[in-house]
Amino acid sequence: MNGHKRGAVLENRKRAQKTFDVEKYRKDFPILTQKVYGKPLIYLDNAATTQKPKAVINVLTQYYSAENANIHRGIHYLSQKATDAYDDARVSIQHFLNASDAREIIFVRGATEGINLVAQSYGRTVVKEGDEVLITAMEHHSNIVPWQILCQERGAKLKVAPINDDGEIIIGEYEKLLNKKTKFVAITHISNALGTINPVRKMIQMAHDRGIAVLVDGAQSAPHIPVDVRELGCDFFVFSGHKLFGPTGIGVVYGKAELLEKMPPYQGGGDMISSVTFEKTTYNKLPFKFEAGTPHIAGVIGLGAAVDYLSKIGLEKIAAYEKELLDDATETLSKIPGLRIIGTAHEKASIVSFVLADIHAHDIGTILDQEGVAIRAGHHCAMPLMDRFQVPATARASFSFYNTKEEIDRLAAAILKVLEVFS
Amino acid sequence: MSQPELRELYQELILEHSKKPRNFHVLEHANHMAEGFNPLCGDRLKLYLQIKDGAIQDIGFQGSGCAISKASASMMTTYMKGKKISEAKELFGEFHKMLSGEHGTFDPAKLGKLSVFSGVSEFPVRVKCATLAWHTLKAGLEENGKTVCTE
Repeated sequence: MNGHKRGAVLENRKRAQKTFDVEKYRKDFPILTQKVYGKPLIYLDNAATTQKPKAVINVLTQYYSAENANIHRGIHYLSQKATDAYDDARVSIQHFLNASDAREIIFVRGATEGINLVAQSYGRTVVKEGDEVLITAMEHHSNIVPWQILCQERGAKLKVAPINDDGEIIIGEYEKLLNKKTKFVAITHISNALGTINPVRKMIQMAHDRGIAVLVDGAQSAPHIPVDVRELGCDFFVFSGHKLFGPTGIGVVYGKAELLEKMPPYQGGGDMISSVTFEKTTYNKLPFKFEAGTPHIAGVIGLGAAVDYLSKIGLEKIAAYEKELLDDATETLSKIPGLRIIGTAHEKASIVSFVLADIHAHDIGTILDQEGVAIRAGHHCAMPLMDRFQVPATARASFSFYNTKEEIDRLAAAILKVLEVFS
Repeated sequence: MSQPELRELYQELILEHSKKPRNFHVLEHANHMAEGFNPLCGDRLKLYLQIKDGAIQDIGFQGSGCAISKASASMMTTYMKGKKISEAKELFGEFHKMLSGEHGTFDPAKLGKLSVFSGVSEFPVRVKCATLAWHTLKAGLEENGKTVCTE
């Protein structure tokens, strides 16, 4: 590239980053100032977990230092305060997903537990012997195994909608698999290993036309694109707090109230009951019916703060900036000799999975780490997907709104170093 | 945390074996076999052994994995050909001691060129890669046909 052209590219980059003040947002994340082996940390493992803004860290400190008490036992001042903060967080998350009612927001440990809840509670009531559950070929293990367990228990079949070589769902094949035996559909919104954004609205419509309920795994979508559960029409939507700049150990199940009302409890214990005798228990109303035991109160409050923080920036703005990062990373990495991107869907989130010549992802990961660049290397909890692309593993860089285009250049330089070691 | 040396990990000999692994084939006349699997990174290894009169007559392996695991399997097989089972087990012990970072307690003379893997101990997440073939060998010698898992 000649000097003039390079200058023009840099100018364009600066302009793009001006519309989204990434440097300002980076200051919200204390961990990002850290150095790794004396080099600035470049954190590109956001699909695994995201870093936490001060807004979340501070609210956790505040809760444990000034508000800690058990909730829904409001006989004293602190308990009332904790209960209020807990309930407020539920309302924040309701608005974040545009759910019609806060009762439709159930707190669980994460997306995984959310899917297990739906499989064990809703799934067991509708899936019978000979029935089918439909998933896609790009699911995370957490959206495969709970359905396998259910199908094994019920004598039902797990069906898998295929994908093409770009990593896109083959919509015609998906539609063909929806039949009278299909009792449930569970699909990912965004693939954690490929970055593909699925046309879930259309897929939900196709299932609903045949009277089949749909769960959307939103672990990768909720932190990166605007989600409106009413617009999507999904019956269930799950996501994890820690992938959304919130604490670990907290997640959400959104479920349509009319379905949640009819579903049996997932776990039994305190808080989920109205009255108990040794003969009979009357269950509590929604959402408490699904929240047995003392919940992760601090986690819920922290997640509420994360959602408020994101909403303040705006998911539209975040998605637009992350699309710029994706385009930049795709272009920059494609120029590296021997590098092949796995997952080239037309609609894609800011995840770039790749293989490099015949160098194993683990070796790439170790060398990148030495350069301060944190990526994921492996099968990304999607082993059937790796089989589909006939690769044992991939290296994956996943971006968030606090990443910069300069960091993409550093990633590319580090990959060149890998080639140097293996030359 | 101080920075471990990358070139201690990716030494010439290791890179060379990873690119051109020795004994990288199925052994038709094998009478012992074991499989190794590292679920964390997906490395898989099948080890074939022909054992006669208490010694390893022939050895071969197949599988996919990172440079460290492939080189480790390749070098291990070159060392094992003709070794008595008791000698193989002793080498396993030495190799294991070397990678668990207990320097001074392992005998470099016994390990010879295998000492090239000593740098791996500086990279804790990669130790499993180097030991996969060895655990698989142990399983092949002790429990024929078993799958081992380095988790």
